[in-house]
Amino acid sequence: MIEKALKGSSVYWGWIIFLLCLIGAGVMAYMYQLKVGLGITGMSRDISWGVYIAQFTYFVGVAAGGVMVVIPKYLHHYTKYAKIVVFGEFLAIAAVVMCLLFIVVDIGQPMRMLNVLLHPTPHSMLFYDMIVLNGYLLLNIICGYNTLLADKKGVPCPRWVKPFIYLSIPWAISIHTVTAFLYAGLPGRHFWLTAIMAPRFLASAFAAGPALLIMILLFVRRVTKFDPGMDALQTLAKTVCYAMIANLFFMGCEFFTAFYSQIPGHMHTLEYLFAGLDGYGNLVPFMRAAIIIGLLGVFLLLVPPIRRNTKGLVLACASVFLATWIDKGVGLVIGGFIPNPFETITEYHPTLPEITIAAAIWGVGGLIVTILYKIAISVREEQARV
Amino acid sequence: MNMDRRKFLKAAGLTTLVGLGGKGIFELVKPGTVEAEMAHEGHGHGGHEEEAGPKVRWAMLIDVMALNKEKVEKIVHTCHYLHNVPNWGDPKNEIKWIWEDEYEHVFPDSYNEYNHILEGMPFLLMCNHCDNPPCVRVCPVQATFKRPDGLVAQDYHRCIGCRFCMAACPYGSRSFNWLDPRVQLEKEMAQGRKLNKRFPTRMRGVVEKCNFCVERLAEGKQPGCVEAAPDVMFFGNLADPNSNVRKILKERISLRRKLELGTKPSVFYLI
Repeated sequence: MIEKALKGSSVYWGWIIFLLCLIGAGVMAYMYQLKVGLGITGMSRDISWGVYIAQFTYFVGVAAGGVMVVIPKYLHHYTKYAKIVVFGEFLAIAAVVMCLLFIVVDIGQPMRMLNVLLHPTPHSMLFYDMIVLNGYLLLNIICGYNTLLADKKGVPCPRWVKPFIYLSIPWAISIHTVTAFLYAGLPGRHFWLTAIMAPRFLASAFAAGPALLIMILLFVRRVTKFDPGMDALQTLAKTVCYAMIANLFFMGCEFFTAFYSQIPGHMHTLEYLFAGLDGYGNLVPFMRAAIIIGLLGVFLLLVPPIRRNTKGLVLACASVFLATWIDKGVGLVIGGFIPNPFETITEYHPTLPEITIAAAIWGVGGLIVTILYKIAISVREEQARV
Repeated sequence: MNMDRRKFLKAAGLTTLVGLGGKGIFELVKPGTVEAEMAHEGHGHGGHEEEAGPKVRWAMLIDVMALNKEKVEKIVHTCHYLHNVPNWGDPKNEIKWIWEDEYEHVFPDSYNEYNHILEGMPFLLMCNHCDNPPCVRVCPVQATFKRPDGLVAQDYHRCIGCRFCMAACPYGSRSFNWLDPRVQLEKEMAQGRKLNKRFPTRMRGVVEKCNFCVERLAEGKQPGCVEAAPDVMFFGNLADPNSNVRKILKERISLRRKLELGTKPSVFYLI
């Protein structure tokens, strides 16, 4: 089927070349990082994780979000998702690959990466993260490829694939739970030490993943002959709405616990992120914007005429995606390190090479989505002709 | 026939293990906890409740009252010389094994607005060699691990540089080699710094921290900081009720950092 990715318009190839340039720049920046060290990034002794791990965390969510299409389709036999379920799986593949790359670029000795397999350590959450992420990648490749292949041949999906599809559902939950556990079990990092970290991660994932999927599918609908079906997208938009409300609710719970208990350690990071602390407040405008944009997204999704309007739906999904990205892809990880264990503040300023590398990984994700979607759409278009 | 053979092999294997002595079995079951188990069973010394546990647990006592700027400088310099810790001179890349900070940063939860005696006094910070170390719990490759004598060690050759331990340490005790430390050391050597040829330099991309001078303990010596200021730093066996550190702890008031986190630090501040 891969040959279908090799036939495309000049716009298609222009986009591919753009992504390759982005990736090329990132590869060069990464060579520089490999040569000099992670000192070329904005990370420091106090802020020991930065853009890479923050993006990793966010895209685990995007990957897990695909399950919001799989559950209705396979557990509730919601047939309107039949045509789009493969797009959810392919988006998950791209997102997981991005996650793995973000880990690789973040570690100081990447050539020793396989030590994780050589010295398996069941008391480390990273050990489980490695298992669930690679497992989820494999599950989505198996399920996505076989459902598409069956569609192409016009036969039902082979029966042996079904168990893998069902397995992928709890597995999707597991990837984001384990990722939350990376943070939620660390003593002394008050901002992260919260039992609702995993539920909150899942809520924002089920908002962000499907929101991105809707935006991509609306774009696909415009530029190709494949129609994902507006009914399906409307249903998915409702999922985004519910999940985003849950996410904002959980965020409110965090605020309540911190500020009603008045425990300084629990308030400090929230103060830093949303109001500024001791004169430091780099992230304040972004975090405040995230709340406003998030509420806007929910509002747009709650009003049926806006949601049914294509432009309104795109704006709503873009709002949800951006709001969750700022919240989880920026504030959550950086905020955990502020203030540091000495109750002093070091701020974080990502550098150009660091951003170039991160952008390249976005580029890789974009390339995988583009190629896989091109294949899937070509198959769907052929079906439409037959 | 087959089953019989299996059963026989099993029985033979077990008999051999028992033949090797009780300790052998324990080692196979859970290495490192043998001593603890034996103490539990009364094979170890003493018979008190307190004695249940390892025979050795190294601890450091720092007499804050006896400390001054001069001694701080000497201690830090000795440690960083002995372990070839580069002096980057900027907080972004810095590596530190032992350093000075103020009371309000060392004990951020214990600030007393009505008493300022401890403010402005020099506090030395280092790895606490916790009895329940979160860094060891999170390390995905066991590059940081707790030895039977309570020492939290770091294997620079296994560390993958994921920095999970830095996020997990509630004491900010760990440093990461963001850049190549050897390049910086060479720069400093050009300006007259001496390299300690008896301790390895590190490569970039790995985490490091105070190691309680494990290399000196192996030679029967005291840690470098203790040798630099023997009236300030006291090192000894916390598990031995008759040790120097236990005697001092009985008499002096001591503080430990962030006890509420359950990490059980092995560094005590005497006041």
